[in-house]
Amino acid sequence: MLAEQQPILSVRDLRTYYHQDEGIVRAVDGASFDVYAGRTLGIVGESGCGKSVTARSILRIVEQNGRIESGSIHLRRRTSSGQVDEVELTALPANSREMRSIRGGEIALIFQEPMTSFSPYHTVGNQIIEAIRLHSDLSKRAARERAIDLLRMVGIPKPERRIDEYSFQLSGGLRQRVMIAMALSSDPKILIADEPTTALDVTTQAQILELLQRLQDEKGLAIILITHDMGVIAEMADDVVVMYLGRVVERGPVDTIFHAPKHPYTQALLRSIPSILARPRTKLATISGSIPHPYNRPVGCPFHTRCSEIIRGTCDSREPQLQPVGPDHQVSCFLYHS
Amino acid sequence: MVSYIIQRFVAGILTIIAASIIAFVVIQLPPGDYVTAYIANLQATGTMVSMEEAAALRIQYGLDQPVYIQYLKWVGLMLRGNFGMAMEYNRPVLEVIGDRMTLTVIVSFAAVVFIWALSLPIGIYSAVRQYSIGDYIFTFIGFIGIAVPNFMLALIIMYVSYRFFNVQSIGGLFSPDMALQPWSWAKVWDLITHLPLPAIVLGLAGMAEVVRIMRANLLDELRKPYVVTARAKGLAEHRVILKYPVRAALNPFASTIGYIFPFIVSGSIIVSLVLSLPTVGPLLFKALIAQDLFLAATILLLLAVLTVIGTFISDLILMWIDPRIRFGMEGSK
Repeated sequence: MLAEQQPILSVRDLRTYYHQDEGIVRAVDGASFDVYAGRTLGIVGESGCGKSVTARSILRIVEQNGRIESGSIHLRRRTSSGQVDEVELTALPANSREMRSIRGGEIALIFQEPMTSFSPYHTVGNQIIEAIRLHSDLSKRAARERAIDLLRMVGIPKPERRIDEYSFQLSGGLRQRVMIAMALSSDPKILIADEPTTALDVTTQAQILELLQRLQDEKGLAIILITHDMGVIAEMADDVVVMYLGRVVERGPVDTIFHAPKHPYTQALLRSIPSILARPRTKLATISGSIPHPYNRPVGCPFHTRCSEIIRGTCDSREPQLQPVGPDHQVSCFLYHS
Repeated sequence: MVSYIIQRFVAGILTIIAASIIAFVVIQLPPGDYVTAYIANLQATGTMVSMEEAAALRIQYGLDQPVYIQYLKWVGLMLRGNFGMAMEYNRPVLEVIGDRMTLTVIVSFAAVVFIWALSLPIGIYSAVRQYSIGDYIFTFIGFIGIAVPNFMLALIIMYVSYRFFNVQSIGGLFSPDMALQPWSWAKVWDLITHLPLPAIVLGLAGMAEVVRIMRANLLDELRKPYVVTARAKGLAEHRVILKYPVRAALNPFASTIGYIFPFIVSGSIIVSLVLSLPTVGPLLFKALIAQDLFLAATILLLLAVLTVIGTFISDLILMWIDPRIRFGMEGSK
């Protein structure tokens, strides 16, 4: 087994920019984190903070006008001879054979819209079998058997009938299960779940999260869970990365992040969770202001325009760096180091 | 699924009935009738026609009766496979139309094949490589194609081929020595070699338009999440695009078949005159001028029937390529 102390995926100082007519959008601007086998890394942040672009950068499926400017993504995988081999994903051409075998093979993606994530013109079986045959040399018939097994594994009733249905004939929850089955079809080591439960109702949401946890226990999957829902993070994640405007502002084990958050942004996020214990008619705390326009990033700390603890003259002129504040706990804020 | 086909079929029949009424009435709308036009024609050459003769002609052709009686008589004739007399030619309508209808269908079909064969790859290229130099070049050619009337294009091609390549006989669908011979394989081959020019002239504007449609559809589809899903599987880029978004973009593409056909036929009248194509276009033109009631109405009706058939075919294709229609679901967005 890959030892737990060695991350299966290391992202270092990743920068992905979008070049548009109006200017450059720094969607991801220096993100670093590690992913370990059998553990779940939660990435949280508001919409537009670069969570999804980070996921796409790892898979090298950033849209045409976006580019990975710098940084590295190291994937450690075991070769057939049992040795650990390290690949630098940003060095591979996005459409090379090797990158394509990693994409969907080693690293799989499930994402937000289970409605539109499947082609309505092909049966779900067609789409799963395609994924299976892409990463193995199974015959059509064997791949179909495997697809049915996968559907059964993710808890789809009557999989031998469902396999020939179209995505619009399935409910939202079933569709997300099919999506998970498809992602798992090639036995990936890392599963990136980009807002996997956002479009689902609460009951289905809990079922899907439970399924992900069961699959992780069975297969030792590393999961990167991208969400804006702190509740989902609390339930699922082992480690948490908090992102704001393309940067990691705080990083640490889930308990530390929830019980001793350091960054004012993390603290504000946690305050804005509705509590069942709150007194009636108290106003829910919100983060004042809104995310700055992507073409108009503030100088200095990206959060200083909305921060209640701003140090004038420092936060609005210099950029803080991610630095340790405790065991495995890092924060990027001048309140803790200059 | 069967009910969908039946529904479409019944709608098609009703459309044809409505079209036959409209065709018949529209031709009657201008003041006068065939006899007036005929008399005017004779007077222009100095022959006088008496009132009695005119009345006799009207009775002969049934023009003295009310419009609805004339229409019902015509329908009665048609049900027995007789489309009436072409007054100007004094021969049955079917005999006058003869091969022209078949040739019209062949020329239009060639134009549609030309439109599809080129607009599909160009549309895909323009969408996938949006804002590339190639995209701009195709866009430019496309706008010229839409802006230049096709008869103008026909004239330019004729002039250029005569002036610079010294080609004497351009246009027509057959070589001069072949035109009057009975059908044979040699004549079919002669027809095939003559088809590209009218197909290009007739199809260019349509092609430019369909390229725009294809490009816009595909650009929409390329942004959809299922494309990301397909990419995330590790599928090669060209297979991602051809299997998923192109398939989806074909959907509105298929529905263009229905309207391209009448577009080409109506656009072909002037081109057919310029290129001297033996299609129904020039015949319809003359029939309308002469107010040749049965001939014009029959041609209009046959065109309507072909359009309905075209639409019916495109409905069937849509049903075949879109499972949501097959399973009776409305757009699931």
